[in-house]
Amino acid sequence: MSQRTPLHEVHRQLAATFTDFAGWSMPVRYTSEIAEHSAVRTTAGLFDLSHMGQIELLGPEAGVALDFALVGRASKIGIGRARYTMICDHDGGILDDLVVYRLADQHYLIVANASNTSVVHALLKERATGYATTIRNTSSDWSLIAVQGPAAAAIVDEISDLDVAKLGYYAIDVGTLDGIDVLLARTGYTGEDGFEVYCAPMDSEAIWMALSASGKSRGLVPAGLACRDTLRLEAGMPLYGQELSRDVTPFEAGLGRVVVFDKADGFVGDAALARRRDDGPLQTLVGLKSLGRRSPRTGYHVLDPASGEQIGRVTSGAPSPTLGYPIAIAYVSTAFGATGSKLVVDVRGVHEDVEVVALPFYRRNTRSLTT
Amino acid sequence: MSVPTNLKYTAEHEWLDIQGDIATVGITAYAADALGDIVYVDLPGVGTVLQGGEPCGEIESTKSVSDLHAPADGEVTEINDAVVEEPGVLNLEPFKDGWLFRMRMSDSAALLDAAEYQRLTDSQ
Repeated sequence: MSQRTPLHEVHRQLAATFTDFAGWSMPVRYTSEIAEHSAVRTTAGLFDLSHMGQIELLGPEAGVALDFALVGRASKIGIGRARYTMICDHDGGILDDLVVYRLADQHYLIVANASNTSVVHALLKERATGYATTIRNTSSDWSLIAVQGPAAAAIVDEISDLDVAKLGYYAIDVGTLDGIDVLLARTGYTGEDGFEVYCAPMDSEAIWMALSASGKSRGLVPAGLACRDTLRLEAGMPLYGQELSRDVTPFEAGLGRVVVFDKADGFVGDAALARRRDDGPLQTLVGLKSLGRRSPRTGYHVLDPASGEQIGRVTSGAPSPTLGYPIAIAYVSTAFGATGSKLVVDVRGVHEDVEVVALPFYRRNTRSLTT
Repeated sequence: MSVPTNLKYTAEHEWLDIQGDIATVGITAYAADALGDIVYVDLPGVGTVLQGGEPCGEIESTKSVSDLHAPADGEVTEINDAVVEEPGVLNLEPFKDGWLFRMRMSDSAALLDAAEYQRLTDSQ
């Protein structure tokens, strides 16, 4: 049976539809995923993300151990800051994408995808051998609730002891919500301003209720995984298992910038990744705007309109609720990846015209990043 | 979820309102709910000859796409242009304004009554 988050009963009372995701029973929607999507773009949405995994490192060499284990440089993350990074195999293939928070000088919190957490935990322990650090999978110590959208800052500010205006993007601080101890991070996966709240599982219902109450007059609605997927797709954010996998390196995924090469001890995958950086990727991740009404979907073939040959594959696609036309992300041969290229996608036997467009599809007005 | 008792059903979650040899066809509330917000409907054109059980169109939501199956043998006599224009009607009124097409049935089809369909969805 699937695992349930501590908020399962709350979701049930909100009449959520549930779906199995990475071994968890999670709310896929409460009412309409388009309405929930729109609320996150215009007011705010409240998400239960307690399925996400947490791994914590403590000790004087926690940072340099992560420098060796991950592609980024954790030891240079400032205290109270976060960084998006990846863990790669020796051949450069992506094993997971991660957010690393530095909570204190010798304390890091890593957030991994639910399906990868135990693998990442085991690999970190293996790679940290010889470094002065202890590594624990603390997923069961944390619930994760996200409030995302232009109204998120006001909703959180009303019940927090922290001045959220001073909490910058990709920053994290210890504080309270409605008097309850939390870690409050200004991170998210929707393309909007927003917060991720880490709390003890026993407090998660009280936090959910406090955020709901504060958000009631501000248009906050509970939001499920269905709209989370269309929100991240519009924002051009990759999803592990779709855009990211062992079969690609960060360079194919257009995320070569997260790889830091000049590290004292090197890092796992550095030789393979340096070759990929120098040779250039064979495939490139692009955005596709569909000119028809039928949406490209995961796994559909991208074709060269001149020859009809397959030149790529769709990794994610959906009708965009914000833009009103279907959008997709696809890997295509580098020669076909220029913005403006006209390609076709085989949508269940019918060739639909698409155009390569720059990612992200949607970018918020960044002036909203204040209370 | 309530299932209107005056309609017939298929295991593919379509409903039929049969008046003489003309059937009005739609998808059930159970199907619409499982699909999520429906954004695109591809229906067979008027005059299309349908074969019961065969795919005859598509229903696409933000999350997924699924085939529409012909519920019986026959010929399409009318399609609901309003639902093509505004597919969200399928989520709001699947048994009423969300009807998809009308067909002249050429043969009797093996269909479920409301109680049988209810048992089917209860077991899924």
